[in-house]
Amino acid sequence: MADLTKKHEPLIRLSKNDDLAPWKAWCIRLGAVAVSILLCAGIVVLLTDINPIEFFKEMIDGSFGSTRKFFKMLQEVAILLCISLAVTPAFKMKFWNTGAEGQVLVGALATAACMKYLCNSISGLPLFLVMFICSVLAGMVWGIVPAFFKAHFKTNETLFTLMMNYIAIQLVAFMIAVWVPSGSQVVGVINRETKIGWLPDLFGQKYIINVIIVLVITLVIYIYLRYSKHGYEISVVGESENTARYIGINVKKVILRTMAVSGAICGIAGFLLVAGTDHSISTETAGGDGFTAIMVSWLAKFNPFVMMVTSFIISFLRIGAGEIASSFNLNESVAEILTGIIIFFIIGSEFFINYKVNFRTKQAKEHTEVKQIEESKEGTK
Amino acid sequence: MKKFLALMLAALMMFALVACGGNNATNGNADETTTAAGTTDYSSIKMGLICLHDENSTYDANFIQAAEAASKELGFELVKKVNIPEDDSCAQAAEELAEDGCDIIFADSFGHETYMMTVAEEYPEVQFCHATGTNAKTSDMANYHNAFASIYEGRYLAGIAAGMKINEMIKEGKFTAEEAKMGYVGAYPYAEVISGYTSFYLGAKSVCPSVTMTVKYTNSWFDIALEKEAADALIGEGCILISQHADSEGAPKACEEKGVPNVAYNVNTINLGPTTAIISSKIDWTPYFKLIVEAVAKGEAIPDDWCGSIATGSVVLTELNEDVAAEGTQDAIDAAIKEFKEGTLKVFNTANFTVDGETLESYKADVVPDANFEKDTEVVSDGYFHESEMRSAPYFDIIIDGITA
Repeated sequence: MADLTKKHEPLIRLSKNDDLAPWKAWCIRLGAVAVSILLCAGIVVLLTDINPIEFFKEMIDGSFGSTRKFFKMLQEVAILLCISLAVTPAFKMKFWNTGAEGQVLVGALATAACMKYLCNSISGLPLFLVMFICSVLAGMVWGIVPAFFKAHFKTNETLFTLMMNYIAIQLVAFMIAVWVPSGSQVVGVINRETKIGWLPDLFGQKYIINVIIVLVITLVIYIYLRYSKHGYEISVVGESENTARYIGINVKKVILRTMAVSGAICGIAGFLLVAGTDHSISTETAGGDGFTAIMVSWLAKFNPFVMMVTSFIISFLRIGAGEIASSFNLNESVAEILTGIIIFFIIGSEFFINYKVNFRTKQAKEHTEVKQIEESKEGTK
Repeated sequence: MKKFLALMLAALMMFALVACGGNNATNGNADETTTAAGTTDYSSIKMGLICLHDENSTYDANFIQAAEAASKELGFELVKKVNIPEDDSCAQAAEELAEDGCDIIFADSFGHETYMMTVAEEYPEVQFCHATGTNAKTSDMANYHNAFASIYEGRYLAGIAAGMKINEMIKEGKFTAEEAKMGYVGAYPYAEVISGYTSFYLGAKSVCPSVTMTVKYTNSWFDIALEKEAADALIGEGCILISQHADSEGAPKACEEKGVPNVAYNVNTINLGPTTAIISSKIDWTPYFKLIVEAVAKGEAIPDDWCGSIATGSVVLTELNEDVAAEGTQDAIDAAIKEFKEGTLKVFNTANFTVDGETLESYKADVVPDANFEKDTEVVSDGYFHESEMRSAPYFDIIIDGITA
């Protein structure tokens, strides 16, 4: 090759950044969120002549504007967190479960079916137990099927789980057609008059039970992943299947078991959505949270407690964007654009955490490390 | 990689610039809920409007325009909540409006109903009104009400315009009378849609007896791509005129592209299809909005289950596109309107259609809502099917001969 000293040095050079302190990484992430919100504000203000202060006020109002909004926000965080917790064990095992959406839906369907068919025979705690168990089992089946094929036939789990979503959606559509022979495809509120199978209000507030159940799950998953033998096996299989095999871990068993856990928790999320939130079912019941959860879990580096924070941030921003669109009479698409911008920045910030961006400096000498580093504007100072 | 990054950054900046700059010109989307100076009696009244979609949907635009017109006329305050899906979000929106001090809360989509009823129980002092719903008449809730209109009469009139256009095309030799097949893009296969297309078909058949019709469902209220696809498919199957009961501009656009005449619903589509749009039937909700606001202001009860008609000004036709419509269409429509007003014309006259080759002598419809969708009420008597008389929301759900659904 040519003389290295004559090699042109590029304007921007990227290098892998493995030893970034966690606090710095979080500064970058929060910085990205801040910049994204500013950009959103800028766009909305330019488009509509809305006062920027009003913009931020509405954003916060979306989640904290009233007691009702606050508890609704908690409910959204709880569901998102629950699904994020569900996908986490599989992700730690490097099993890319993109089927949370479907696993939640079948759980929701199982709950709705129990509410519809059993409301005349049982009620109260026994009914809740049956609903809960059915949802867990349904979610579990939806998780185990792709896991079985992955473990035994090495199928691609991402595609498999993704396609299972469509089966779940069609299954729900089919059951709705059975339940609503009039053809309107609207199930409506199930047991509206009797409220049988509805999780009761606690302390005069809806959704409190949802929140408590999800908090318990968070704790359990934390302990499960961190202190149990299963959790250890999951990490080993995730790091290297060959290592796992070498030290005597039954990889197939771990894959099946972990996806059963993943699916089961998704099933619980479905249970909470139907029994504790919508009291109804549609193909939109999971509402895309099965995919958003992937990001929540990923951003939190699979730590259940950090996920509480990331699911809050994502929900807060999402609700805020919706509130802005609605209170300023903007089109729904604006909320989607704003959410998109924010998520783009959050994901983009991971790039600046994993890589250093080095700019060419005039005094830079060849064969020596470039010490003068300028971080990008999102970076720390 | 670095080039890619630079490119991405540049693209992002360009986008930001274009996004900001481009739309600056279309500023001025000011809050439209401010009321004009009207009768002071109504200024203290606040009405909340919950819509399934926003102005981009012809169905919701129809409600929004009517509510704004009523608000302008009477001077009451209007708060809108758009893009509210048919789930817990509807209950949330209704609760928020109730907390906000609304005296009346109105929701426009069929699936909103049970959520509205749930919230209505929690706020007995607030009036809850719901379009197209079925429960108010038989439930004993004092503050929950349904409303609809005899839109099947409007559809019938629009059908006359379609039939006359078909006759004109037959006369021009474009196809034979036996080939006269219309296409219909429907949302969901349930009574509201079935009643709509049957009355449209009967209108067309009243002037062109040989006509038949094929229906395609999209299973969605609002999906531009699906509706356009369905219309394209129908045209491909040889349909010579298209009508629709779905909420986007998909079907009218497909018709304009292919040069096939179109009869629309809820909104004037002449600008979308200057060479193909004939006419639209629509429900004008302004009379109902005025009625409920006036009732609340006077402390009177809102009717449990209100059905608007041609007489109340609720069932109307939009401007006839003279460039497309056949000659004499307006006169034929006017004559039919006169007969409707006199009560001599019944859309579902059992002498005018057959089911499986037989005249409909008796039919039990599901008028009283229950979990099992039981067919509970006899609706055929005096030689016609009594649509929207037992309950405002349609219950005609029979596929008659001549229609393939």
